[in-house]
Amino acid sequence: MELVQSFPFITIVFSLTCGVFCAVLRGNRARTLCLSWLTVTFLMSLSVLLYTLKSDGYYIYRMGKWNAPWGNEIRVGVLEALMATAFSGVMLLSVLGGLNHIFEDCEAEKTNLYFTMISLLMSSLFALIYTNDLFTAYVFVEINTIASCALVMLKSSGKTLVATTRYLIMSLLGSGLFLLGIVMLYGITGELLMESIAEKVREIFASGEYSLPLTVIIGLFSVGLAVKSALFPFHSWLPDAHGSATAASSAVLSGLVLKGYIIVLIKIFYRIFGLSVIVSERVSNFLFLFGFLAMILGSVGALRERDLKRMLAYSSVAQVGYIYAGLGMHSQAGMVAACVQILAHAVTKPMLFIAAGGFMDVSGGNKDMASLTGAGRRDPLGGAAFTVGAMSMIGIPSFAGFMTKFTLTQGALQAHTPLMIMALAAIAVSTLLNALYYIPAVFTLFSRRDDGKYAGVRARYTPSYAGATVAFILLNLGFGVFSQAIVDAVSRGLAMFGA
Amino acid sequence: MKNNSFREKLRRFVDYGSFREEELKLPRSPETLDTDNPENRWLTTVQNSEKPVRARLAKWFTHRGVQVFDNLYRVAAVFICLTLISLLLSVVSFLPRFGGADNPAVNEVEERYVSKAIEETGTTNAVAGMISAYRGFDTLGEAHVLFVAACSVIALLRVDPSERKHGRLVDPELLGEDMDYEPNSDLILRKAAKLLVPLAFIFGLYVILNGTSSPGGGFSGGALIGAGLILNSVAFGFQRTERFFGDEMYHLVKTACLTVYALLMAYFIYMGANGFDDHVWLGVPGNIISGGLILPINVAVGFEVACTMYCFYALFRKGGL
Repeated sequence: MELVQSFPFITIVFSLTCGVFCAVLRGNRARTLCLSWLTVTFLMSLSVLLYTLKSDGYYIYRMGKWNAPWGNEIRVGVLEALMATAFSGVMLLSVLGGLNHIFEDCEAEKTNLYFTMISLLMSSLFALIYTNDLFTAYVFVEINTIASCALVMLKSSGKTLVATTRYLIMSLLGSGLFLLGIVMLYGITGELLMESIAEKVREIFASGEYSLPLTVIIGLFSVGLAVKSALFPFHSWLPDAHGSATAASSAVLSGLVLKGYIIVLIKIFYRIFGLSVIVSERVSNFLFLFGFLAMILGSVGALRERDLKRMLAYSSVAQVGYIYAGLGMHSQAGMVAACVQILAHAVTKPMLFIAAGGFMDVSGGNKDMASLTGAGRRDPLGGAAFTVGAMSMIGIPSFAGFMTKFTLTQGALQAHTPLMIMALAAIAVSTLLNALYYIPAVFTLFSRRDDGKYAGVRARYTPSYAGATVAFILLNLGFGVFSQAIVDAVSRGLAMFGA
Repeated sequence: MKNNSFREKLRRFVDYGSFREEELKLPRSPETLDTDNPENRWLTTVQNSEKPVRARLAKWFTHRGVQVFDNLYRVAAVFICLTLISLLLSVVSFLPRFGGADNPAVNEVEERYVSKAIEETGTTNAVAGMISAYRGFDTLGEAHVLFVAACSVIALLRVDPSERKHGRLVDPELLGEDMDYEPNSDLILRKAAKLLVPLAFIFGLYVILNGTSSPGGGFSGGALIGAGLILNSVAFGFQRTERFFGDEMYHLVKTACLTVYALLMAYFIYMGANGFDDHVWLGVPGNIISGGLILPINVAVGFEVACTMYCFYALFRKGGL
């Protein structure tokens, strides 16, 4: 076995150890350790991606001496490696971009714990991406839940405590439903490895036995993970949690953490139940319906907000709706659209949150639109990043977000008529609504009509913030320019994902 | 004077902040008016009828609507809970009988765990072999769940040592709080604890070391040691516990345990995945030294769990270790 094949396992296990060390180091040392380790994980994931692209196939990595139904295993294909590379890169850039805020917002004695949580979160995201075993997924969902709540909480203020409490309650509810689903599925199949469950599920489905438990299990998985990834009717915790956290936390939570759970859901649909079961149980119709509602009502929520970070958080609700709409189209093209959207949103939303953090710096720490008037002039780099992000969110060609809408439209055109009309209408209305709140926001940010309160303030750029924003802009444009290559890689990855 | 030209309207629209503020201004309720006085009732009626419908609706939502929503919310919550409970109960009645011979969980996985655990993992306690060797990766994650929970509690509850002077809190808001006082326990508790604490430690160590050959292991033995530490500080005060288990000791033990655990697991996984021989002597099944890596893993997990339990207690009780 080649050394590069061990990299996924090394990134998972040693991210945990990196978190343990960060907990005993001082803030500065923990920062250095965490950032260097994140760079290493990014390079490792990149080499795994190149390896899988070259070998054109997936491989199974046995976690120990024993083969899968007895031991654990992880499974690495093009799609997993692509997600891992994107997630580790975005995590690194988000922490770099929000570095000043981390040291300002956290208590001095507890700054190191922030980096502990980042490392553990990175480990759990890797594990969720690579795992091939339902119970491993649950263990790392737990780490993910607690670490992401702690990331909100570490900015110490009354508001974040309230937001964290709501987030924790909703998130634990989601975990509980997910665990119930695993327990029941184990009850009727007796397996935890995804391929083995899939075999048993096919038998059970063909025999017609356990049809009610099977429906309820799919429902429990879908609702549990939808609560955790803030699908429309369960999104009420998100604007508070993402709006009140420190800039890096908002970026990581919106860009990556929500997607981790969706990847688990995609695995459950693809590898365990198979698309045909999902379609015949009509789950995909519900997912599409709620995704459709989220696309429109999330944007309406953003339109009503006057607080920039809460507006971005509501925009995340709408963007998660795109992913679920893609999932709910129950076609290959819809799945491709969902995966492309996961990647496109992961490279765009963190950039917007980091830029919002920069605007708050030059506006006396306020985040309402009135105070932020003209902030784009006071912090031109952040302004440029926000403009690129807004263009991407609206879906202007040559930015990352365009490819989502393009692939989603392709998926919609292949679907049957009522769904096609609904999907096309949702894409059109949602794009219009996106433009209606992002364009005024950009105009306000560059407006000259500020009241002069912060007129003299100029952004003082640190290398980390400047580097992160420039890298984010380049990443977004690169994604837009090479989007066809990414769509091809995603399709190749999906082809070997469920096989 | 308001300029109502198209250009001005466009600018107001583009200028997000001011545009939203005008739209969202809520109608003021006549607070100054004594509405309970019957003489004034006609006045409110007139005022209400003069208001536009939208404003009246907004007023209804801000005043009466909240109450209605609150009641509906409770009814809906109870209804949803009952539906979910009855649905889950009815599904459970469809599931195969727990522990039955024809249960799907009785398959080749379970068979190999039962029949080959002694030979393959060197443990007579098949559960230890399962959680620490066969599915060791899951358990590594589970140990870190404890770690991340302890870190979150530290982040939430730890009071900075610089806020204490001679062991007392200096923040006037926190003075007089429960956490400021050492427990003052009575003679019976102290005598009982003197007897029980060493027993708890020894029994905990026994459970950890024999985890490979009898029921128990790191998690249960660690819980016993943690309970001993908590009992010690309840009976004799935190200062007696801090003499041998303070902040630094906690971090040292915890970091050492988790690092050793992760390194052992990484070695085990790497060797196993590549098909190399891992040169670990499995020992004699049934003895204390058996199970290969499971014994050191049990010790590491045990101390980690003990640290976490005591950490939870100490942080909730006095905001620090």
